Amino acid sequence: MQQLFNFFIKNKTFVLFLLLFSYAFSLTIQSHEYHRSKFLNSSNQITGSIYGTFHGVTQYFNLKKENQLLLEENSRLKMMVFSHEDSVPVDSVLEYKYDLHPSLVYKNSFSLPNNYLTLNKGRSDSIKEDYGVITSKGIVGIIDATSKNYSRVLSILNTNSRINVKLQKTNYFGILSWDGKSPEIAQLKDVQDLVELTVGDTIVTSGYSSTFPPNIPVGSINSYRLNDTEDLYIIDVKLFNDMKNLEHVYIIKNTDINELEALNLSDE
Amino acid sequence: MNNSVLKTILSFIGLVIFQVVVCSNINFLGDLNPYVYVIFILLYPIVNNRLLFIFVSFLLGLSIDIFLDSGGMHAAASVAIAYIRPLFLKFSFGAAYDYQAIKFSNTGFSQRLVYFLFLIVIHHFILFSLVLFDENKIALIIEQALYSSIFTLILCLLFSSLFSKKET
Repeated sequence: MQQLFNFFIKNKTFVLFLLLFSYAFSLTIQSHEYHRSKFLNSSNQITGSIYGTFHGVTQYFNLKKENQLLLEENSRLKMMVFSHEDSVPVDSVLEYKYDLHPSLVYKNSFSLPNNYLTLNKGRSDSIKEDYGVITSKGIVGIIDATSKNYSRVLSILNTNSRINVKLQKTNYFGILSWDGKSPEIAQLKDVQDLVELTVGDTIVTSGYSSTFPPNIPVGSINSYRLNDTEDLYIIDVKLFNDMKNLEHVYIIKNTDINELEALNLSDE
Repeated sequence: MNNSVLKTILSFIGLVIFQVVVCSNINFLGDLNPYVYVIFILLYPIVNNRLLFIFVSFLLGLSIDIFLDSGGMHAAASVAIAYIRPLFLKFSFGAAYDYQAIKFSNTGFSQRLVYFLFLIVIHHFILFSLVLFDENKIALIIEQALYSSIFTLILCLLFSSLFSKKET
């Protein structure tokens, strides 16, 4: 025992190094696994408020572009309203299935294999985990950690991200993931080889999960090839969203989520 | 609290904020970012208390990790170079280190360049091994580590000559 003690005292620098290094290493391994990296994240009060302070400065650089985006979205929505004038219900007691919360992106990254965003809405705005995040152009990711005032989004540019999508034309569905290479291209897997594909076809969300409503645009087919066993396609999808430049996003809250979860629980 | 401790704490906070707000958003040529915060570990005053130094380096890396949502990658790389620093101090500055008489502001440029280069390359190599975490991507790890190292090295040399007062 005495010897062991002496050994530790003699090599205390090395022991401390080993301890801290292995702790950091275990945190790293956890961060490579989905849903295990919530212990330390950027959606806490300190990091959130620091990002917020500096965001107040940098947001002015993008005002022109953001204005343009909002105008485009507005005109698109107006066009929809004008062309469906009869069928748009104007009813104040109408119950909406999805709530949209506008939010600002405080931090965004796209150069790592596992990217996350930090948003300025949190539990106090009734934002919870597993809510979807979109922009006017397409999907961004899914909320995976929240604090009182901030939340963290698992970006679609994350090798752990899996999102259920489908081909708009034929309704065949597959899983959208990312190989960690280009921030403009994501991969769609599990589409059967008997489906007819054309470059430029639109990919939209399937609506099979409670996170995203159906038919939100995701991207278009850039190229496709068969996988090693030659029975499924691997499709490169060019994302509609410019993931490098995100400023205003919407968080989607499914108002039926409690009911759906209860159903799923009773299934198990 | 004496002056040098206060200076160390301020530079710790300043470098963390500078790293996460400015340096990690540069994305030069697509995805190249400098990791300037390592200059804190490089220029930490040479003292006998290595335990404290290693622990502070760990905290520095961990703070960066929390901001960038990167698990413990920066913490691991920072602790590693903090632990092996004396070896490279001896290698680069030779006899002066044995007497603990080095003042970084008084060292020659070439000595400082060698010292910076070795530690930055080691730090970046560990960092990118952990970031990509795939033995099939060794080539990509080396490539990214080297490019980032050059970027970091240039900024660190600029910083160290900007903020050090030459004592004549």
